[in-house]
Amino acid sequence: MSLARRWPLPFALLLTAVACKDQGAQAPEPGSGGAVIGAALSLTGPAASYGAQQRAGIQAALDEVNQGGGVKLSVLIEDDASTKEQGITVFQKFINRDKVSAIIGPTLSNTASAADPLAQQAKVPVLGISNTAATGITDIGNYIWRDSLTEAQVIPGAFKKAKEKLQFKTAGVLYGNDDVFTKAGYDVMQKALADEGVKVVGTQTFAKPDRDYNAQLTALIAAKPDVLVVSALADNAASIVAQARQRGWTGPVLGGNGFNSPAFIKNAGAAAESVMVGTSWNSLSQDPANQKFLAAMKKAGVNPDQFSAQAYTGVIILAEAIRQSGGKTGREDIEAGLGKLKDLETPLGKFSFTPGRDAQHEPSVQQVKDGKFQIVQ
Amino acid sequence: MGQQALNGVFVGSIYALFAVGYTLVFGVLDILNLAHAAVFTLAAFIALALVDAHLPLWLALPLAVAAAGLIGIVLERLAFRPLRGRADSNISGLISSLAMATVFEAIALQIFGPDISRFPQGTFPDRTIQIGGASASLLQLCIVGTSVVLMAVLTLLLKRTRLGRQIRAVAESPRAARILGVNVDRAIAMAFFLSSALGGAAGVLFGLAFNSISPDVGRSVELKGLAVIILGGMGSVPGALVAGFALGLIEVFTVAHLGSSFRDAVSFAVLFLVLIARPHGLFGRAAAREA
Repeated sequence: MSLARRWPLPFALLLTAVACKDQGAQAPEPGSGGAVIGAALSLTGPAASYGAQQRAGIQAALDEVNQGGGVKLSVLIEDDASTKEQGITVFQKFINRDKVSAIIGPTLSNTASAADPLAQQAKVPVLGISNTAATGITDIGNYIWRDSLTEAQVIPGAFKKAKEKLQFKTAGVLYGNDDVFTKAGYDVMQKALADEGVKVVGTQTFAKPDRDYNAQLTALIAAKPDVLVVSALADNAASIVAQARQRGWTGPVLGGNGFNSPAFIKNAGAAAESVMVGTSWNSLSQDPANQKFLAAMKKAGVNPDQFSAQAYTGVIILAEAIRQSGGKTGREDIEAGLGKLKDLETPLGKFSFTPGRDAQHEPSVQQVKDGKFQIVQ
Repeated sequence: MGQQALNGVFVGSIYALFAVGYTLVFGVLDILNLAHAAVFTLAAFIALALVDAHLPLWLALPLAVAAAGLIGIVLERLAFRPLRGRADSNISGLISSLAMATVFEAIALQIFGPDISRFPQGTFPDRTIQIGGASASLLQLCIVGTSVVLMAVLTLLLKRTRLGRQIRAVAESPRAARILGVNVDRAIAMAFFLSSALGGAAGVLFGLAFNSISPDVGRSVELKGLAVIILGGMGSVPGALVAGFALGLIEVFTVAHLGSSFRDAVSFAVLFLVLIARPHGLFGRAAAREA
């Protein structure tokens, strides 16, 4: 109170400044034609390394769509800060203020589980481009779609292939239990291990803000598993693998989808070597759609990964949905268009939606070799 | 078992180092300096920037610690001194230190960005040493060693030197100290320098140990530090030391045997029980102050 009494004018100015801070955000240009899409990406916070890749993918696809003639798109990109709260705020802005035709994102399943219901209620189609939690995303309602394969679609195949290559019988499991995605990943891993007849000799947990995993890793390594299985986001994953190597772990590491980022290899350094992970994007695919994507990313100077490929695909899918509904860009038109889409050529391969609005295409397995993800044939 | 104890001592040494600085200022001023965690963060970033500028680590570490000390003096000048002598200076100091914490965090965010920054590979030689059945990296041993040495230096400084006696005198009674010819403002500023330098050292060591620094890295020790100084007895340096190691060990064994979700629950349950048995903490004395 005394602050307001003593400095009434500066205080008032400060309040005004705070109140106005949000007004400067970019608004769609009226009359520009075409559809306005909102993209909620994690540009800051623990998932920021994915968000940056996604932004690059979206921008590359946008250039391609708008140069191609026909459908015109513009995308508003907002930061969901890797949190549920900010994700909800961004969704509200997209739905009510910007009146977007459709929403891409948010980056994390955790955020999607909180923000997507708002769009479902407002009947705004949402296309998730990286939500991989098996449940709790597209089952929110009929306006929620995704082009990202779920952990349940990728991991069983990846583990099967890894077991053929590495011949392991026991596993130690470490997973983040405060995040929808890493927890869902764990559930799938546990089932995949059981299906492959692998015995789990130890299970440990951590939370997203943790930085010290020595206690968990010491306990797991003491149980002498053949392989270490980890469900974590890229930043945690890098620290976990680095600390595991410091604790003397020389065996193989199997990761979940969170490992699928060049940031993981960069941050884990030599410790990342031979880590194996399932992926929904085959970087070696010779399909024209993938070659076009690779060329666009090279031009933008961005190291492509699964996340940029899925983001790129997201824009291509929305453009196709508009085309399917005869060029109309209303929310219902796009929703109807998404329903008609089938066998679309994308960097991910021939893409269709399942009846449950999940993605459907072939997954692959990759392994870190000489500081790079290489597809395991 | 041995390995887990080592893990606990390792993380505990960082908690202790952080909390010793925290409790020093509380002992002198009776004020919680909530910007202590922000100094921790800034020091980690400063060390990172110095290493990125190709300075060797043995030079970057003391420079970052000295910089943290200077930040402490700035902090005292801006957040605490203008309020000193006012009737509500305890609460207003708490609030203004919180404001400074926000400012420091915002500075770190502006300069270094929101993403996790890391020391380049090979900043510290990657060597592992076997102790009994347990293994520790050279870095971990150096971190424990550095914290213990720094805490020993602080204890000696407070007990044996003129500055230490002045700081302890101010802690006892600023007015009496002033009458006896102690420059109270200077003694307080020096206490802040020492406190922040130790907090900064903890930040640099934490950054090196887990190699993952972000503008909110201080939050991971902020609450722990508070728990440690309450557990050890507010204002007690040896208390903070013992409690720091104890908390580290408790955490590690909780995570290994009960799961990471129980870590803070068990830590704070222990804190709660200790406070029931000893309301002034392990080393705290009723109505007495120490520095």
